[in-house]
Order: sequence, then C-alpha cells, then structure tokens
Amino acid sequence: MNFRTYNEVHGEDRSRLLEQVVAQRTRVVDRMRGVERIIAVVSGKGGVGKSYVTAALARTLARERRIGVIDGDLQGPTAARLLGASGPLHVGANGVEPAMTADGIRVMSTDLLLAEGAPFRARTDGGERFTRRGIVEAGVLREFFSDVAWGTLDLLLADLAPGAHALEDLAELVPGLTGVLVVTIPSDESRRAVARNVRRAGECGVRVLGVVENMSGYACGGCGETGPLFDGSAGADLAAEFAVPLLARLPFVASSTRHADASQSERLTALATALLEVAS
Amino acid sequence: MKFLCIDCDAQMSYEERSQPGDGTFAAAFSCPTCGRRIAMLANPMETQLVSSLGVQIGGRVLDEQPMELVRTIVDGRPDAFHDDVAEPTRPVWSTGAVERLSRVPSFVRGMVKRIYTDYAVERGIADITPDVMDRARSDLGLEEM
Repeated sequence: MNFRTYNEVHGEDRSRLLEQVVAQRTRVVDRMRGVERIIAVVSGKGGVGKSYVTAALARTLARERRIGVIDGDLQGPTAARLLGASGPLHVGANGVEPAMTADGIRVMSTDLLLAEGAPFRARTDGGERFTRRGIVEAGVLREFFSDVAWGTLDLLLADLAPGAHALEDLAELVPGLTGVLVVTIPSDESRRAVARNVRRAGECGVRVLGVVENMSGYACGGCGETGPLFDGSAGADLAAEFAVPLLARLPFVASSTRHADASQSERLTALATALLEVAS
Repeated sequence: MKFLCIDCDAQMSYEERSQPGDGTFAAAFSCPTCGRRIAMLANPMETQLVSSLGVQIGGRVLDEQPMELVRTIVDGRPDAFHDDVAEPTRPVWSTGAVERLSRVPSFVRGMVKRIYTDYAVERGIADITPDVMDRARSDLGLEEM
C-alpha cells in the first residue's frame, strides 16, 4: 500500500493545531509590546541568591521605574514572598491582573497559585509525568508572559530556575528578550556551572548583559567591614572569560543595621544603574 | 492529524469529540464519500500530552481564556483567582446547574462559570440549567467543563 504524506492530502485541517500554537506565541509578542526591556536572571546552580538579587534589584529600580517580576522557578517559587506579593489574582477582560507589592512591583509566581506548602503538580495525573513535565512548565511560563495584564513596564525581570533548560524555553517563548543577568557566588564550582549556562545563552542567541557576584564576602552588621566568605573570584573570572561587565559584587549581609543596609543599598543602586545602561 | 478512508482515498471529516471517562479522549470522523465512520481513541497519557500543549483537537470554538492552561492543568489552591462576572446581565443559575458547577475543581471554577455566563448572556438565556450547560459544552467544545 502506498501512502501519501500529510502535506499531500489537501483536505481541511479543522484542528489547526499549528495555528493554535502560533496564536499562543502571538499573544506573548502582543502582550510584551508594552514592556521596554525583558531581562532574565539566571545562574548555573541553585543557592547562589538569584531570587534575592532579582527581588533586591526590582525594589531598587521600582523607586523610579515601572517594574514587573516573573518568578520562573515554578517548582521552587520564592520571588513573591521575597517581594511581599500576595493574591488572590483578579481576572478581568484584559487578562489576569498581577499581584501588586507595596513598592508598586507587579508580580506573577506559582507561589500565588499553589496552596501553602503544596508542590507544583498537574491536577489530572495519568502517570509517566516525565513525558510532559517540560511541556507543562513551558506552557505555564508562556501564560505568565501572555495572559497577565502587565500594562506598560520599563523592565520585566524573569527569575529563572537554575539550569540551562529554563533559559532555552524562555528564549523560544519570548523573542524580544533583552538579555540575561548572570548571578554567581565566588566559588570555582559556581563559576563552572554558570559558564555552561552563559555558553548556552550564546547558543540561544541571547545577549549576556553582565555578571553579579553574590555573597561576595561577609559584611559585618556591626562595623560594616567586609570579610571573606567563599574562596574564589568567579564573578571577575566569568566577566573576563566572556567579555561582559562585572556589574556588582554583593556581600552577604548577616544582620540588618543602618550602616550595612545603606552600604548594600548603594551597591544595588549602582547595579541597577549599570544594568539599565548596558541593557539600553 | 488527518484520517484517510483507504477505500475512497478521501480525507475523513471531523464530526465530534468527547471525553467518555477514565481520561480517554474520543474523536469521531466520517468519510465524505462513502459515509464510513470511525472513532479515534487516545489513552489518558496521550490526552494529557495534547492538553498540556494548550491546544484542542477539532479546533477552538471559544477563544483561549486567561491562564487557561494554568487553570485547567495545575493543581492550585481554590482562592487563587477572583473572576469578573458581569453583574447587570447575570443570568440566574438553577439549583441543578449550581450543583453541577460545584463539582468543577475550585481552581478553575470561576473561569468555567464566566464561560457559561457569557454563553447565556450572548444568547439571551435568562436561566442557566444543566441542559443549557450541556448545550454550551457541545457548542463550545468544553469537554472537560
């Protein structure tokens, strides 16, 4: 028996699955028209303080700019809590309204959708979850961009889950991605993991805007002096290796004091200024 | 996906779809030449794989709802969303319809209620009953709602 190919059969394709997928992508593009810059915050591994950097940067920028934050770490969301955002989410004709923080930051996160302590999972679960986990996560991330009434923003920060797959998904879903901000800690282990992600960003055609070295020393809450915390110089090494700027070195501030907070605030303000400059 | 009637070498026409239970997705097709009818049955895993993409086999009648995929797929908390429903033109929900709506998972219930309400308002239906819900399901392709 000789079969014709799919494209040789010229009848109506009522499902129009490809058109449905294209429509989904178009909605992302349409929604992002009001957003001047979209920056993904990435790392190579967990625990480097990526969400802390995202939240602190968003707060700093929100003093003078319209800022949105997407918590792209669907399985381990923290950005909403760090920013003080809470639900319920209002659904109107224009989409889902993002949660608004006291600083005026618009936030979307699975933390706003899941019951306290509940894991991110599908409602109907027929087993073989691994076959569709990636599809579900990419779809949820897509709707965070396309179906949230972000309005007009100067900057939308997307705090991504550790690992290269999150950036790959984002690069395909959001064609207008301005670039990525890379967060590392000083250790060589972190440098190696982050370097893989930076290379992947290049392969995806995404611009690396710069590096932030987080936990770059330990700032004493009492005297304000900064001492060593981790061995290594991953921030400077990554910046040199990939010819991108080291935008900030943020020490770990153990206890909140006026002096320590003021110093960290200065560093974050400098980071925000430098980031906007490099991303313009 | 296309289905060919081998005897007639003709593409079969999509007729209807349904979710008869246990996660199975069924779609009926017929040959426009000889009238032969077939049913395609997708197992629960295949059904979930397609629904995870946020697309509908047989095409969309209703526009995609805000965060439709999130609300139909994710096991979220009941009070996560607050849906707008137009008050001035709100139709009356019968007891049977309310009971049926209560069986919809609460995470997605607001969206489903709005869809049925909009359906009734657009057609000048004053009372939403289980029959109206059945018609809406059929007209709008809401197999899971």
